[in-house]
Amino acid sequence: MKHGPLLLRGLALLLLVSFVIAPQRFAPLFAPLTQYGAPPIYDQGNLLTLTLAHLGTVCLAAAASTLIAVALAILVTRQSGRAFLPLSRTLVNIGQTFPPVAVLAITVPLVGFGEIPTLIALFAYGLLPIFENTLVGLQTLPPAVTEAADGMGLSARERLFSVELPLAMPLILEGIRLSLVINVGTATIGSTVAAKGLGEVIIAGLLSNNTAFILQGGLVTALMAVLLYEGMLAVERRLCRSVRTD
Amino acid sequence: MITIEHLAKQYGTKAVVEDVNLTIERNSIAVIVGTSGSGKSTLLRMINRLIEPSAGRVLIEGADTREEPAHLLRRRIGYAIQGHGLFPHRTVEENIATVPRLLKWPAARIAARVRELLEVFQLEPATYAHAFPHQLSGGQQQRVGVARALAAEPAVLLMDEPFGALDPIIRAKAQEDLLAIQRRYGTTIVLVTHDMDEAFRLGDRVAVMSNGRVLQFDTPAALLAHPADPLVTRMTGQTDRALRLLSLTTAGEIAAPGAVPGPTVSAAASLRDVLSELLWRGAEAASVTREDGTPCGHVSVAALLRHGRSP
Repeated sequence: MKHGPLLLRGLALLLLVSFVIAPQRFAPLFAPLTQYGAPPIYDQGNLLTLTLAHLGTVCLAAAASTLIAVALAILVTRQSGRAFLPLSRTLVNIGQTFPPVAVLAITVPLVGFGEIPTLIALFAYGLLPIFENTLVGLQTLPPAVTEAADGMGLSARERLFSVELPLAMPLILEGIRLSLVINVGTATIGSTVAAKGLGEVIIAGLLSNNTAFILQGGLVTALMAVLLYEGMLAVERRLCRSVRTD
Repeated sequence: MITIEHLAKQYGTKAVVEDVNLTIERNSIAVIVGTSGSGKSTLLRMINRLIEPSAGRVLIEGADTREEPAHLLRRRIGYAIQGHGLFPHRTVEENIATVPRLLKWPAARIAARVRELLEVFQLEPATYAHAFPHQLSGGQQQRVGVARALAAEPAVLLMDEPFGALDPIIRAKAQEDLLAIQRRYGTTIVLVTHDMDEAFRLGDRVAVMSNGRVLQFDTPAALLAHPADPLVTRMTGQTDRALRLLSLTTAGEIAAPGAVPGPTVSAAASLRDVLSELLWRGAEAASVTREDGTPCGHVSVAALLRHGRSP
């Protein structure tokens, strides 16, 4: 029974990979969804290229969000940066509450069409979960552990890197996972401003009234989100096996 | 030697520690005892500057503790606390090696020191060196905490209620171990507790604190015999002070020559325990034997009663 979920994940991965590499093989499955002899499989671009571009955009945005959110959380949990906590929180919250579509609308006139506006929208959208999780991780360290660290003479820097961050790591990774998964779906809107991604397939489907296209774009995106979630979960388990806050 | 001069700590207008003066001899155990809120932990933490004093100074071997950065000072002073504070993501070995690593000891020296300490604290290296703290029992975690505090061979060890979280039986064992370790390494220990029994058992001298002031700093016997303040009398316990006095001397110290018929007690047993044993058995005297089994005389009830009398 233990291998059940693993098998399922393997199948999902296999399905995703074989579909993006050789989508034509799945044509009979999608054919019933088309009308008037429209193509059952997206033919205006390479699905593999689009998927990789989509993944690349999401990962790049997540990397930037992680860098900034973790740095901010570290800053506001230091004695000297405590005053910036409300401001940081507000900024990060704005990033989450401001709809990504609106971010696109604002940034396109400034930086033009393409990947950049999408990256900015995803970056802003993905900050909150990482920031909040890192903050909680750093604020809820066991008091005896931090006191012992100080008492033994760790410098502030040594304490941060060898005690605080490792102990907060499970929560930080969880934040990154949430941010990644949210943004895999959100990234599809990037195609409205000519960013390469799976949104292109969905939009093409909407424009030509082709349900098969819409379904393909949606399925590949969803499979990617599920696999990213599971993959990150596995990484978390592996990295944090020994971290127990007892 | 630790010299504390006019040490004080204020938070706003509230004085937590007021004008404390203490001299703690090298190789001795000083216990600071007091009720919660008496300022005893604050006093301890001012020694390694986890809390910076508002006034006064602390000298260790004549050197002012403010002469070097606080974190470097702390690497030379062992620090063990209640609830051990072990790093949960590090193995026992890595935990103990923390300060030697900060001090950039060579790897071979660190490994040898860790192994030595594990053996001293009766933790089989093969079993425990690579275990994580959550895999140990409470008593073992506490021992690793003390081993970690002693890892860099500090001349001074500060302990803040180190045995507070242990159950009575393990606590008694931990106290015994601490005395043995102090004898072995000659560390100067300053220990904070609210437990007067613990203070009497461990302290060469005991500082009784109340409301931020040290009321008296003296040997346990002197605290009982010549209390400087009514509060000291109250805290050391008026009703059982004779028994406390008995508990400070061992049978071996007062044994008179000659064996007697009747029960046998160990030379290391306190007079309090001997009296209890004699009462229980209804005997008038007990023979005293050393740890190796050789006889070293006898102790009579009359002698015990003499020792329990107000000096």
